[in-house]
Amino acid sequence: MESFSTILAEAFGLILSGDQAVIDIILLSLRVTLTAVGLACLIGLPLGALVGAFRFPLRTAVIVTMNTMMGLPPVVVGLVVYLMLSAAGPLGPLALLYTATAMIIAQTILVTPIVAALTRQVIEDLHGEYAEQFASLGVGPVRRIRALLWDARYSLLTVALAGFGRAAAEVGAVIIVGGNINHVTRVMTTTIALETSKGNLQLALALGLVLLTIAVVVNGLVYAIRGSAARAAYA
Amino acid sequence: MLKRNFLGFAAAALMALGLGGPVAAQDDFIIVQSTTSTQNSGLFDYILPMFADKTGIEVRVVAVGTGQAIKNARNGDGDVLFVHAKPAEEKFVADGEGVSRADVMFNDFVIVGPDSDPAEVGGMSDVVAAMTRIAEAKAPFASRGDDSGTHKAELSLWDEAGVDVAAASGDWYRETGSGMGATLNTGTGMDAYIMTDRATWISFGNKGDYKILVEGDDKLFNQYGIILVNPEKHPNVKAELGQQFIDWVLSEEGQNAIASFKVDGQQLFFPNADKV
Amino acid sequence: MHDGAPIPAREMQEDEDVPLLAARGLGFSAGGQRLIDDIDLDIRSGSRTVIMGANGTGKSLLLRLLHGLISPTEGRVLWCGGPLDKAARHEQAMVFQRPVMMRRSVAANLRFALSARGIRGAERAAREAEAIASARLEHLVNRPARVLSGGEQQRLAVARALACAPRLLFLDEPTASLDPASTHAIEQIIDNAHARGVTIVLVTHDAGQARRMGEDLIFLDAGRVVESGPIAQVLDAPQSGAARAWLGGRLFLDTSPRNQT
Repeated sequence: MESFSTILAEAFGLILSGDQAVIDIILLSLRVTLTAVGLACLIGLPLGALVGAFRFPLRTAVIVTMNTMMGLPPVVVGLVVYLMLSAAGPLGPLALLYTATAMIIAQTILVTPIVAALTRQVIEDLHGEYAEQFASLGVGPVRRIRALLWDARYSLLTVALAGFGRAAAEVGAVIIVGGNINHVTRVMTTTIALETSKGNLQLALALGLVLLTIAVVVNGLVYAIRGSAARAAYA
Repeated sequence: MLKRNFLGFAAAALMALGLGGPVAAQDDFIIVQSTTSTQNSGLFDYILPMFADKTGIEVRVVAVGTGQAIKNARNGDGDVLFVHAKPAEEKFVADGEGVSRADVMFNDFVIVGPDSDPAEVGGMSDVVAAMTRIAEAKAPFASRGDDSGTHKAELSLWDEAGVDVAAASGDWYRETGSGMGATLNTGTGMDAYIMTDRATWISFGNKGDYKILVEGDDKLFNQYGIILVNPEKHPNVKAELGQQFIDWVLSEEGQNAIASFKVDGQQLFFPNADKV
Repeated sequence: MHDGAPIPAREMQEDEDVPLLAARGLGFSAGGQRLIDDIDLDIRSGSRTVIMGANGTGKSLLLRLLHGLISPTEGRVLWCGGPLDKAARHEQAMVFQRPVMMRRSVAANLRFALSARGIRGAERAAREAEAIASARLEHLVNRPARVLSGGEQQRLAVARALACAPRLLFLDEPTASLDPASTHAIEQIIDNAHARGVTIVLVTHDAGQARRMGEDLIFLDAGRVVESGPIAQVLDAPQSGAARAWLGGRLFLDTSPRNQT
């Protein structure tokens, strides 16, 4: 086992070398994860806001379900998506198995409950504050949801980041539906798993540091967006 | 204004990264369900570019255990099956799932263990005797436990040695339920004996104080076979492209490519296709 | 939101004798307790009514019932003799004790309220400018509303309510936590609105403010109207024990449970 500083140097070497294979893997990871998080937000934000802002029968059951699904094991999601997309499965004719799209689908399923459940909490709190004012103004349901989502946007960025963290870190779902095919569906986490299984522990760890660096960059960008938007609001 | 920017950013990000992005646009590719040993050793990375250069066909390898690979192929999720468990492969063909099976190459299994060698099997060439001794010493033994080709081969050897490993499971016999590499990582971590294919072992990067202790028994012979998934059963199978790949692997050119693949100067796989 | 019970149509809408807002046998019970108990009252158009009473006597709840934020469990609220429906509520506005400031700029808070009431385009821009001027918030237009001081926030809240051009404005202790200068500013905005014909219904604890702002006073005790009449008359010569006790500052000696908050 090499020392940690050697591994650190190797990690930065990997990034700085501009090795096309590594770059491709990083780009594919970002594409899959960010697309999945984007789709999860498209579904989860309105869904979470609806559940957070309105009362309806079985609401508690819906909330418990959403909260439970936050803990969906990636492997199980991968397996279910595999069975759906398999040539023998109902969606087989789409020929999506072992493609980036399959990985996006699996991660979207994984991340949507996280976005929806956390959004529900954020929106419910904010709605508690706004509800009487909304009722007094006679704000309709659509405008209500839009206003709540917009006013909670900075908290919801953090929600999206939680989803990003989950998607970026998981390996169980993408390795099953993507197949870890070189140059096609190999992403950061599956590469780390592969290199670990090859016993190339320092390379695996270096890739892990690269993944961590990307996460830091993404988080930093989001934080910068928050900051500049807040400054703009004070101008 | 801010709102428009926010939504615009979200939309642009989605489009830039979205489903519409290029997904290796060409359609000339096949999916090969194969095993971790061929993948992890680097064999595919070595021979597939040669095949692609010649034919323009991209081969996408899904590397899982042999058992999983066969199951995936039974679902029609793959065009070619390239694994190492002859009886299971023959059953696959007999069930009508595959067209026909051909021998491609072989390597061999070895038993690796820590330098301390608690069961004192170092240098033995009778694998059944060595495994009997490990069982008697109740020395830790890490098994794949994942229905892979290696796992099947290992189980048949225990059977021959008359050792009931199921009874010892969780005691000295430890099933990792993982791929070869993961099992090597786990096994070396607990000073266990491990049966592995030689190719994976040679290219494994985390050997520690481990070395090959048992090798050279004919029973450790590890044959790889290749099968075209039956297009009559699974209409999505790219039979023509798949057959092209099989033909190339079995051709003199493909066989030479396999033979010329070396790690640390050692040849890992020995081509033995029937000369047609 | 409001009581769905059948209520006669507003056939007498234009009649001078019909009060702008009325409560008939209004009651509200929750958890087995009658929090508002059989209240009848009339609010004339253009009047200024002050509602007073000790903490926990149901003043805020009454305001919410009259505004239709909560449905009564008994009786009903009439708007111009007709039902208190959504259209009716659009002719009312309310300012809460703690101003609800949305997480956006001062101007955007105004725009949201106006849009919610279906006011758009040039009309909205004009009303927005007018409201900002009336609240004297010109220098803070683009500030996030939530960083404003308490007084500025309440000025914005009142201006926002008035920008919707209500016929009636409810105010629930709008100056309870403000300093005298801010209180004065709020009172001035309310006065100006009243001068333009807006009917005012104000809940306050401050007898001085009641005299300055009100014409009629309704005194609540334990969810009932115990006294009502011209403001000076009630304040100078309270007839009910509850009003006398409260005005005499003796409330704090009264330990009966119904006066606990």
